[in-house]
Amino acid sequence: MNTWTDIFILVLVLADFRLLATSRLAAVIETTVLQAVALSAFMLTLAEKPWPLLLIFLSLITLTVKGAILPWLLRRAMREAGVQREIEPIIGYSASVLIGMILLGLSFIIFIPLKASVSAGSAFLLPGALFTTLTGLMMIVSRKNALTQVAGYLVMENGVYAFGAALAVEEPLLVEMGVLLDVFVAVFVMGITVYQISREFDHIDTDRLSELKD
Amino acid sequence: MNIMTSIIHMFLALVLSPLLLGIINRVKAVFAGRRGQPLAQPYYDIIKLLKKGAVYSSTSGWVFRLGPVTGLASVMVAIMICPAGGHGGLFSFAGDFIFMAYALGLMRFVTVLAAMDTGSAFEGMGASREVQFAVIAELVLLTGLAVLAAGTREVSLAAIYSKLWTASIPPLGPVAVLIAFAFLIVLLTENARIPVDDPNTHLELTMIHEVMVLDHGGPDLAFIQYGAALKLWLFAALLSGLAIPLRTGQPMTDMAVNVAGILVTAIIVGMIESAMARLRLLHVPQMLVVALSVTVAALLWILR
Repeated sequence: MNTWTDIFILVLVLADFRLLATSRLAAVIETTVLQAVALSAFMLTLAEKPWPLLLIFLSLITLTVKGAILPWLLRRAMREAGVQREIEPIIGYSASVLIGMILLGLSFIIFIPLKASVSAGSAFLLPGALFTTLTGLMMIVSRKNALTQVAGYLVMENGVYAFGAALAVEEPLLVEMGVLLDVFVAVFVMGITVYQISREFDHIDTDRLSELKD
Repeated sequence: MNIMTSIIHMFLALVLSPLLLGIINRVKAVFAGRRGQPLAQPYYDIIKLLKKGAVYSSTSGWVFRLGPVTGLASVMVAIMICPAGGHGGLFSFAGDFIFMAYALGLMRFVTVLAAMDTGSAFEGMGASREVQFAVIAELVLLTGLAVLAAGTREVSLAAIYSKLWTASIPPLGPVAVLIAFAFLIVLLTENARIPVDDPNTHLELTMIHEVMVLDHGGPDLAFIQYGAALKLWLFAALLSGLAIPLRTGQPMTDMAVNVAGILVTAIIVGMIESAMARLRLLHVPQMLVVALSVTVAALLWILR
């Protein structure tokens, strides 16, 4: 159980690095799918072997919403906006990976005092979840492309979700479903907004949106 | 018995290493639908070069002549420490992996110095590129070895590699996979293989390693090519010892498995070269930084 939890968290963390390093939007979306798969698998590894039906259901819902529906929405928005890659991020890719390494180190340091009090499945889990959240935040702050920012929001939410799964395995179904619905609606609305932005302005660079235009 | 295995491994490394280049070329030829050069072509090349005389330009001094010989000597020293599978090299002591990294560093240093000594602008450019990438590649190599040392609680290469994949320590599976990935990138970088540098190119503007040795000829060039083959063998041995989860406890079997792994590594490198295009020079450090981040993730995993 423990090793598998470790491995899926590791996949989550490596996917974060890929998100920080790549400029292609298609790769960003693929990586969020990978994260969704790792996330839904790792929820199962946290519980004891005869998995409760509820948990399997929840894991499948996560997989469908985060691994299929949301990427589909993002891909559609990408196709309609006609952009393939992030042209000029505010922070370069090598620099973001280096900052990512520092963030990963920080996430570990933050959880050292908490190690004893939290009985999560693995010692890697909480830092990994925090790092995923920070990666999402990084993507929102340091990229200009609206679609990357939406993906960043999704990644941030993945981190929060992993946190939730770590701290409360027995969380009520309603709460998890509520969170998923929230994310779904948010990404749905953002997808439409990105489309509208690209139709109005012929580009989806958010830093230029602050300029006034007739 | 142990000493015998080490000697045989050393002997195999000295004899078989040019074959790795032959295998890579053959794999690339097969992928491209050609018959390709004979497997032993690197041997013929080296023998042919050894028979020739060397030509030295009047601008170059003793540094230029020292380069190839010192380079070959340092990589030979490094390969004496290199473990064969779960089994140590000819000699091993505490902290020998740092010594190995420095021996490889010395090899690069003298090659770069020899390149600078020619006074050619092209070779200076190649030297600058080589060092630029090496800065990160060395960091990845040393961090990776440090992770393995911390994971196995050993300080010599031989002990690290023999304890790895055995039941005497907490399992290092995921960490070993991460480090193996990083080492593969280091191997491609250090040996000037395709995503970093194209060994077949003859356009100076795109070359890295090749451009540094343009002015060497005859036996000097043979030393450099043989040294490069040994270096490839060294990294392939490190990689396959790490990636193959098999420790029988019998030195001979382990060593045979490791040598087989090295040959397979050559095939994998050939496949990578057939499948990928060269990266733009600006993107190479980015790839190395990603390899570094992977090793750092492994380091944090170990230290958690």
